[in-house]
Amino acid sequence: MPKKIINVTVNGRAHEEAVEPRTLLVHFLREQLNLTGAHIGCETSHCGACTVDIDGKSVKSCTHLAVQCDGSEVLTVEGLASLSKEAGVLHAVQEGFYKEHGLQCGFCTPGMLVRSYRLLIDNPNPSEDEIRAGISGNLCRCTGYQNIVKAIQYAANKLQQAQKVTA
Amino acid sequence: MNAPTDPKLLERKDALQGMGDSRLRKEDARFIQGKGNYVDDIKLPGMMHMDIVRSPYAHARIKSIDKSEALKVPGVVAVLTAEDLKPLKLHWMPTLAGDVAAVLADGKVHFQMQEVAVVIATDRYAAADGVEAVQVEYEELPVVLDPYEALKPDAPVLREDLAGKTSGAHGPREHHNHIFTWTAGDKAAADAAFASAPVTVSQHMFYPRVHPCPLETCGCVASFDPVRGELTTFMTSQAPHVVRTVVSLLSGIPESKVRIVSPDIGGGFGNKVGVYPGYVCAIVASIVLGKPVKWIEDRVENISSTAFARDYHMDGELAATPDGKILGLRVDVVADHGAFDACADPTKFPAGLFHICSGSYDIPAAHCSVKGVYTNKAPGGVAYRCSFRVTEAVYLIERMVDVLAQKLGMDKAEIRAKNFIRKEQFPYTSAFGFEYDSGDYHTALNKVLDAVGYKALRAEQAARRADPNATHLMGIGLVTFTEVVGAGPSKMCDILGVGMFDSCEIRIHPTGSAIARMGTITQGQGHQTTYAQILATELGIPSEVIQVEEGDTSTAPYGLGTYGSRSTPVAGAAIAMAARKIHAKARKIAAHLLEVGENDLDWEIDRFNVKGDPARHKTMKDIAWAAYNNVPAGLEMGLEAVHYYDPPNFTYPFGIYLCVVDIDRATGETKVRRFYALDDCGTRINPMIIEGQIHGGLTEGFAVAMGQQMPFDAQGNLLGNTLMDYFLPTAVETPHWETDHTVTPSPHHPIGAKGVAESPHVGSIPTFTAAVVDAFAHLGVTDMTMPHTSYRVWQQLVKSGVAL
Repeated sequence: MPKKIINVTVNGRAHEEAVEPRTLLVHFLREQLNLTGAHIGCETSHCGACTVDIDGKSVKSCTHLAVQCDGSEVLTVEGLASLSKEAGVLHAVQEGFYKEHGLQCGFCTPGMLVRSYRLLIDNPNPSEDEIRAGISGNLCRCTGYQNIVKAIQYAANKLQQAQKVTA
Repeated sequence: MNAPTDPKLLERKDALQGMGDSRLRKEDARFIQGKGNYVDDIKLPGMMHMDIVRSPYAHARIKSIDKSEALKVPGVVAVLTAEDLKPLKLHWMPTLAGDVAAVLADGKVHFQMQEVAVVIATDRYAAADGVEAVQVEYEELPVVLDPYEALKPDAPVLREDLAGKTSGAHGPREHHNHIFTWTAGDKAAADAAFASAPVTVSQHMFYPRVHPCPLETCGCVASFDPVRGELTTFMTSQAPHVVRTVVSLLSGIPESKVRIVSPDIGGGFGNKVGVYPGYVCAIVASIVLGKPVKWIEDRVENISSTAFARDYHMDGELAATPDGKILGLRVDVVADHGAFDACADPTKFPAGLFHICSGSYDIPAAHCSVKGVYTNKAPGGVAYRCSFRVTEAVYLIERMVDVLAQKLGMDKAEIRAKNFIRKEQFPYTSAFGFEYDSGDYHTALNKVLDAVGYKALRAEQAARRADPNATHLMGIGLVTFTEVVGAGPSKMCDILGVGMFDSCEIRIHPTGSAIARMGTITQGQGHQTTYAQILATELGIPSEVIQVEEGDTSTAPYGLGTYGSRSTPVAGAAIAMAARKIHAKARKIAAHLLEVGENDLDWEIDRFNVKGDPARHKTMKDIAWAAYNNVPAGLEMGLEAVHYYDPPNFTYPFGIYLCVVDIDRATGETKVRRFYALDDCGTRINPMIIEGQIHGGLTEGFAVAMGQQMPFDAQGNLLGNTLMDYFLPTAVETPHWETDHTVTPSPHHPIGAKGVAESPHVGSIPTFTAAVVDAFAHLGVTDMTMPHTSYRVWQQLVKSGVAL
């Protein structure tokens, strides 16, 4: 099948790549760029394990074509830590999931983290109900969500504290 | 274990992060940074991709398979069918239950989505294109979906390959669709109890077919090296060592040249215990092509064709005195096993440990019978986050006790307290022959009833029932369950003839750090964290410098794997016992270094002190160094040990769960107002991880009770095989969980631990049903079939005449 050239920035790095028009974004990320953080759990947009951030929105990369990302900025779980100003420092959502035992098998975690990151930008001080609604596109079979909620609250607090210090 | 009070000792103890510490998880660093290593993340040079042609029909004869168009698809390199596997005798494979299962359909398909052919191609898109191009001509056959229909004399013959076989792996077959009839207990004693009992109750109940549905589907990367004759397969397996044995037996490759690796696993819940046709075909394809072959199933394939759970049609009966003392239990089950008997149970137990169905109660006489039947559904029958069929057993007995309470007009807590095995009766031998190790049910029950204000809840419910204008019904579910886990003693339990021990190999390095290799494999339970904690406490080495490895058969000692809550009861014991061997040797070395007798030493947290003179001591770190340069004469160098632990008995964790639901009389919508879970898993290794496991298990139980089902239409089409239809709760529906515990250690386990991760699944499912049925109990309702979706509950509201 003839390929099409796309230009896409992933985790701050520009890529020019040839892809089949039918290639799904998640396969492009995982197999062409070797970014295996985003996982495939259902291929129908239900589970959210493949969630990435495209131009400021959470997107399920298993039902998004790579060619749709031409000219876009994509953030995956692998890029979260690099958003910190200091090298090697975890993002607040990553720290929250670790500290509050917000993960078990780890399969949903990359999608959960990327979704939580966007949720806290859109709503820096969410209520528990808002957190639960905000991650309802991401399924977890292990944790029962209670500690994921705590993890996101931890991150919200930490990000707000950091903002106060900066201000 | 007594906690030290001296602050200096406490500091040393805390520095170890040993047992009892809510230590943060060691495995998290890779998962939160997208650096996990799951099967689909593995990419080998020259790797091919495999995809599967599946049957659209539930029962049909295959008239022809035409590969020619598929072979023309760019990128497709091979198409394999049963005919190609026949010369290798791999078109059928043995199952764990003593039956055979088709690897690729041999002339006939037995369930929808059965594997018919495989396509191997240079990438996954080409493989999918190839699947579309394979032409299969079918001739439909009559479909049998109901196990009672399947046993009728004129029912279609499902398994033509078994024609004339009047006995199977578990005794005589009485009908062409009958697999086995298994019984336990004393029928004469139970019948006698019923014959003379003043009160009897009976109830039919159906435990529907569900699927464990881990978030990661099944898959593998098989890589055969034709030069070395070695096969390496990365696989989503909860039991890699057993798989290695099976692969070696099937392929003829010596076990020493087969390496099975379970890398990171995205949840198992029983779904990843068995060997599926996809694995076998990928291995065959790799051997034939001499190249690595990856197979990753999609979600529809996972739900449709890999191991389901439950599907038990149960009839229970209790005999009792008028004041509610239970005298006898009889249970009769018809079990739908699907097309091939592929249940994952210890060999001698075709219905698993279902005979734990006398529960937490002192029942003098009991008998159960389970009849396994073939139907045109996918094979399986695995333990979905439970020990073998324990979920079904707990559901049966807990529902029956409620039915009896309702008949006698007794309170559901009171009748339980009246029938509990009392603390002083342990170890207690049940009428089915299980020896319960320890328990204190009354204390735990009272703790829960006090915590939730049980009397006030019942008073509120009575007021609600008396109010004709109430918009909601209120139900209170109470379950007091006992599990049997940690399979198991090898005299009773084996898989394919291998005893169900588990293992640990520990090496202490010269500088005092350590590696422990285990026969189990974590799928999210946090083994790398908790096993290190056991070792830290046993040997006085900080958890932080203990590496735990498992899942690679080329490095780990042989073990039976992780399922049935067996990791802590069996492998957790192995690690303690191996550590104690090292401890004994360390004592010899310490005595040598300190120039005293072994008996002149006291062990204290991380060191041996000379009795009465603790200033003279050797830490485990000192001893580790000495083990490699200065050991007493006659002692081997080094500091390592291996232990294969064959448990003397199962362990019996228990719990008391209470749930309050409010049911909208207009819509049937059922809201969980409160769920309180008290678990007793004996010694607690990491309270944070225990709580996390309980949250997860309760959520899975909620899913089963309130929404999961696998409905089939009359043609055998599975109507719910995507995540659109198959219910996995989101954060919005999932209730808030309250957890609590008591600690009753197991007397026969080296550290007193019983296992915990499955209790919340086993215990919560009947609790939800109990709560929903309890809302209707005053209207004479004794049973409602799961899942309790709004529509189904609304149907009951209408039937009971209370819908608004």
